[in-house]
Amino acid sequence: MTATTSNPGTLSAQDRQELYATMVLSRTFEDAILREYHADKGPGFDIGKGLVPGEMHLSSGQEPVAAGVCAHLTTDDAVTATHRPHHFAIAHGMDLNKMAAEIFGRTTGFGKGRGGHMHLFDPDTHFSCSGIIAEGAPPALGMAFAFKRKGGNHIAVSVVGEGAANQGAFHESLNLAALWNLPVVFVIEDNEWAISVPRSKSTAVASNADRASGYGMPGVTVEGNDVEAVHAAAGEAVRRARAGEGPSLIEVRTLRLLGHFEGDAQGYRPELVEVPSWDPIPRYETVLIDAGVLTSDDVSRIKGQASERVETAITFAKDSPEPDPADLLDNIFADSALDNADSALDNAEED
Amino acid sequence: MTTTETATPAAERRLSTSKAMVEAIALEMERDPNVIYLGEDVDAYGGIFSSTTGLGKQFGPDRILDTPISETAFIGLAIGAATEGLRPIAELMFVDFMGVCFDQIYNHMAKIHYESGGNVKVPMVLATAVGGGYSDGAQHSQCLWGTFAHLPGMKVVVPSNPADAKGLMASAIRDDSPVVYMFHKGVMGLPWMSKNRRSIDVVPEGEYLVPIGKANVVREGSDVTVVTVSLSVHHCLDVADELAGSGIDAEVIDLRSLVPLDRQAVLDSVSKTGRLVVVDEDYLSFGLSAEIASTVTDVDPGMLRAPVQRVAVPDVPIPYARALEYAALPRQDRIAAAIRAVMA
Repeated sequence: MTATTSNPGTLSAQDRQELYATMVLSRTFEDAILREYHADKGPGFDIGKGLVPGEMHLSSGQEPVAAGVCAHLTTDDAVTATHRPHHFAIAHGMDLNKMAAEIFGRTTGFGKGRGGHMHLFDPDTHFSCSGIIAEGAPPALGMAFAFKRKGGNHIAVSVVGEGAANQGAFHESLNLAALWNLPVVFVIEDNEWAISVPRSKSTAVASNADRASGYGMPGVTVEGNDVEAVHAAAGEAVRRARAGEGPSLIEVRTLRLLGHFEGDAQGYRPELVEVPSWDPIPRYETVLIDAGVLTSDDVSRIKGQASERVETAITFAKDSPEPDPADLLDNIFADSALDNADSALDNAEED
Repeated sequence: MTTTETATPAAERRLSTSKAMVEAIALEMERDPNVIYLGEDVDAYGGIFSSTTGLGKQFGPDRILDTPISETAFIGLAIGAATEGLRPIAELMFVDFMGVCFDQIYNHMAKIHYESGGNVKVPMVLATAVGGGYSDGAQHSQCLWGTFAHLPGMKVVVPSNPADAKGLMASAIRDDSPVVYMFHKGVMGLPWMSKNRRSIDVVPEGEYLVPIGKANVVREGSDVTVVTVSLSVHHCLDVADELAGSGIDAEVIDLRSLVPLDRQAVLDSVSKTGRLVVVDEDYLSFGLSAEIASTVTDVDPGMLRAPVQRVAVPDVPIPYARALEYAALPRQDRIAAAIRAVMA
């Protein structure tokens, strides 16, 4: 089944503005991270230098997936995202200040600087992500299992990339979710590229959505990186999960606007020159303006508000303290009595 | 909280290690509805090594869950369920199978609490059978506790007897950190495997907790400290009894927990005896035996009157043929030779 056409009939003007605003907020945040990331990497490019060190996987171009899916969720629903998590984190309502602070490695961040941009955990919104391909899927099953056991109708969304659809963890998870009728929505963000390897070189089937039938669950493909089509497909999958009808798989053909990570020159990508013209946000902006849903004043207002929130978050992060190396061994275990307690090094120093 | 120190074993009720383990799980499941047990063949079969005998009948399939052979999926499920308030026990049938699911264990179960700055707890138990000695070959006979203990973020407990199996399981279930609970097939008291005489022993009734991170001096002695864990505890006790006749008074320490490690118990004993033998059914290099030796030498090498003797599995896959497997394992003959060597 392929869901290619959006159905604006079910979306109010406000819904559509909100989808647009969510995408704009995510892009604005990532543009700011991009700016800060590259601000002091020189001379040349040293990945370990600067205020934001380490690998940086930006989701620019993939905002329609997060905005379309998360519009159906509350913060009582869980999301497990990937190494490229920012758009889902933002669309799911995570605090921008704590998120920026974690990316800057500060004590005020979600993980107090222990996690970094691939390891964002927020109990308040039941959000987590993993840097290991496909391995966020199994914990999503457990969250869904716990929700189901507690009663209520909360669900878990497991996000993976198309490269992850060839991992064992993904297939084991689809089978177990279907077998136990768990309230999970599996979302494959197919940006075509697993770092430098295109889907055609990694995957035997034309569509990963076809794999759903192998596990007895519905699978749909959303073409065109269209936020309203994602919204429609996710709406049905979320409805099914909440109604106790079990898991679904949604594959979205999306777009990686940037490299796999910052510093990736993408020499392997033949369409590189055209890529910026496929940006889904200006395209959706035009759709909404043409439909009379959005005025240019709305656009300025939405972008202005996003910019203000994001710059506040960046400032918050920069003004926050860096972790104290003396606290290195805190939080290894849940009982704080063990902080610093079981290190051979520590033992040697003290005795 | 009841501890080993304060609990008085009730009148001579003897259980096998497996029954003691099951009793702890049942008591905790009665006490806390969030405790569930999942794994392969844990419901109707009762666990291949009798880790869940009768629990399926008692608690039903909603809490004792047979899973598909998908260790990554069901261990990951336990992790996600733990972060949402359940207290799952996931059973990895043989620890040797960690190869098919280790990412969930060391990159997720063990790291989420730290990566989240302490904001997300993962209160779960990973229960797994370890050990050889019955010709199960290289993929079903390993201990591998050193691998788990090497990687930060998991507690690791290794009971050697029925009472500790009960008390450590109860503590593991109540712990807010992930705990790897490694039960040796040879200490379970299984009717279909040769068993040591201490695998059926007195077990306190009712609530009984053994604190994680505390070693146990199972035999006091003055001449040499023998530090060990799991089935090897029994081999060491056998040897110590035998050597007592030759005038060697060995102190045997059952570590019980590898993480956290009770280094002080080792130091206290070695400061008394001046001699150290470490007996470990895991591989020799980069493992428990070196860790125990360095626990002493990091503090004061002068404590030792003789070089440390290590009895472990040499760095070789566990062989199938009985004669070869016995040669690889730390059995009584090698332990006795090591103690005699350190006394020489």
